Amino acid sequence: MKKTGGEIIWECLKREEVQHVFGYPGGAILPAYDALCKYPEIHHVLVRHEQGAAHMADGYARAGGGVGVVIATSGPGATNLVTGIATAMMDSSPIVCITGQVGSKLIGYDAFQETDITGITLPITKHNYLVTRAEDIAAAIREAFWVAKSGRPGPVLIDVTKDAQQASCEFDWDAAEPQRRTCRPAICFSAPPCADALELINQAKRPVILAGHGILLSGAMRELCALAERAQIPVAMTLLGIGCFPASHPLNLGMMGMHGEAWVNTAIQEADLILALGMRFDDRVTGNLKTFAPNAKKIHLEIDPAEVNKNVKVDVALIGDLRDFLDELLPGVKASNNEAWLARIHELKGDSAVRDIQNLPDDGHLYAAHVVNDLWRETAGDAVVVTDVGQHQMWEAQYYKHEKPRTLITSGGLGTMGFALPAAIGAKFARPDAEVWVVAGDGGFQMTMAELATIAQENLEIKVAIINNGYLGMVRQWQEFFYERRYKATPLYSPDFVQLAKAFDLRGATVRKRAEVIPTVREARQHRGTYVINFCVEQEDSVFPMVPAGADLHAMIRRPSPLVETAQDM
Amino acid sequence: MTLVAQVENKPGVLNRVASLFRRRGFNIESLTVGHTQRPGISRMTIVVDTDDSGILRLEANLYKLVNVLNVENVTATPSVFRDLAMIKVAATPETRAEIMQLAHVFRARIVDVNNESLVIESTGAEDKIDGLVEVLRGYGILEMARTGRLAMTRGRPGNGSEVAAGADEHDDSVSDESVSYSV
Repeated sequence: MKKTGGEIIWECLKREEVQHVFGYPGGAILPAYDALCKYPEIHHVLVRHEQGAAHMADGYARAGGGVGVVIATSGPGATNLVTGIATAMMDSSPIVCITGQVGSKLIGYDAFQETDITGITLPITKHNYLVTRAEDIAAAIREAFWVAKSGRPGPVLIDVTKDAQQASCEFDWDAAEPQRRTCRPAICFSAPPCADALELINQAKRPVILAGHGILLSGAMRELCALAERAQIPVAMTLLGIGCFPASHPLNLGMMGMHGEAWVNTAIQEADLILALGMRFDDRVTGNLKTFAPNAKKIHLEIDPAEVNKNVKVDVALIGDLRDFLDELLPGVKASNNEAWLARIHELKGDSAVRDIQNLPDDGHLYAAHVVNDLWRETAGDAVVVTDVGQHQMWEAQYYKHEKPRTLITSGGLGTMGFALPAAIGAKFARPDAEVWVVAGDGGFQMTMAELATIAQENLEIKVAIINNGYLGMVRQWQEFFYERRYKATPLYSPDFVQLAKAFDLRGATVRKRAEVIPTVREARQHRGTYVINFCVEQEDSVFPMVPAGADLHAMIRRPSPLVETAQDM
Repeated sequence: MTLVAQVENKPGVLNRVASLFRRRGFNIESLTVGHTQRPGISRMTIVVDTDDSGILRLEANLYKLVNVLNVENVTATPSVFRDLAMIKVAATPETRAEIMQLAHVFRARIVDVNNESLVIESTGAEDKIDGLVEVLRGYGILEMARTGRLAMTRGRPGNGSEVAAGADEHDDSVSDESVSYSV
């Protein structure tokens, strides 16, 4: 059956079971857009900026577990995707971006809206393609989906020239099946590892599991739980791992790292075994590598060989799918109660509780941590929360207790401000029945707030909590701690967010007092439509504890507490 | 450290490999690419200044490139290493015989002669060529081109041959036409 290149694009997407694409048209992608008229079953979401499209596809993939699809034109349309693609790359999120390119005869001649997008995205995609013939489109798309999903997931870009979209050729889906090998030769880092791992696990007296994004990507939540329970191993999570283990589980420690609670980081430092599952020892997690978990043997279960022994040298490495490995290991894991170790952690928790802002006397101020905590209570921990990047992101990770996988969507590796609003739109399309909340700062929200128009046009129901402290808060905190409070370029003007919402025909409210938080959250939840809440919080609050960049993980700056002598804290 | 990589012969693959070294902070000392006995598959020999953990990291990262079929660290494997050089040396009728004699000692060949210069072609391990260059320096080297290191393990075929074996049967006849070029 003969089809144009443009038609082949949609035919392939349809067969890949794509329901929504996020995009923005333009000259070099027009033939494909024209062909979309013949595919009414594919819903196109018109964004306001291509960066938003990439974040939407990313949010879609993270919330639903599928592949997010982006479509954009050549030149500026393609370059606007870059931040979104890099975000997906750092956080292993499977998205496929299709960009138009100038006609193949014009490539290399600096044609109007020509840019070398395959060159530009080379370091931030798992793989990319420049397709100049209609005959090659189907194979590129099928392979792109395979590459995006396989192994450690990630973004793939396909650049299709305008003449390839216009030309016609025979469409053969079966002939376009990916020919790639499904696995690489194993790279050996240590001796037969499963037995070694079991021996270490069964001997450990003070083990800690570090659970990362890989648990979610592999779908190994049940296996993780079984392992933790059988051997009574406490579970610390990376930012992206949050949700892979129920927050209410007695063995849950919470988030580790730079803004991890003190008991989590202390437990890691005191551990005699680190069981790292699908995480990559990021510098925000380890602090100073020389003093990281100094007494612990380390086992690393990881699908990407390039992550093994990269930052932290491990004793046993198991390279492959987490779920397979956990299934393999579980029968050999001896039941244990680890009483002394769990009692020690319990003791550490008690010490931290007196510093917890939730336990401090009410001084009449509205704190972001209170807002997040109230939001958690009101939504019963059931919402999909999409955060931006900064202080509010850390408060969310600390005070919103996630029980279920894929309920926290956040830019971890790249730390992309402006991520939240568009990613939430993608998440809503992936899970239309879920209650989706954006938690964003006043800075990050303003980076991509134009996507409110997309929300209005698509008639979506998304709740937005802006944590408005009038500063680029996390940068301000660093200026306070490390630059003697020289607040250069961090005080931030914001529009009236309620009026702004109104301009898009959306509802909103401003909250200044603690007592108003819950009633306003309730009103927002009852409203059938998008609702923007502007929480005007304490301006110079900081995220505690904090491990300064590059410092030892146990050298935390703790929250000063009137209940504890402050002199010993710093 | 020397890596041998089998890669798909497609546009942009060299760029992908070179870009990987750059963005991961490694400096390539030499890189040669050429055809192999199998159509569609090229072989790269990459010399890089790094340590044992660096080379493992590179190997693992190279495997993440979709177009890379196989990577082998041949640094410690018994292998033949070869470099090809063409050296244009200033040579008057008085010094010509002397230079030719030196070239003969190094088993190098004279491939061009004129009144002012000679072009010497030499193949061998890099230190041999370095030695030749050293003795020629006094006569005046006008131009020099070197391919950089080519490597092949001794004995039975390395991993690279097995990876591609699915594509077609082994074809061990490597003809002289398969010239490498340096990048």
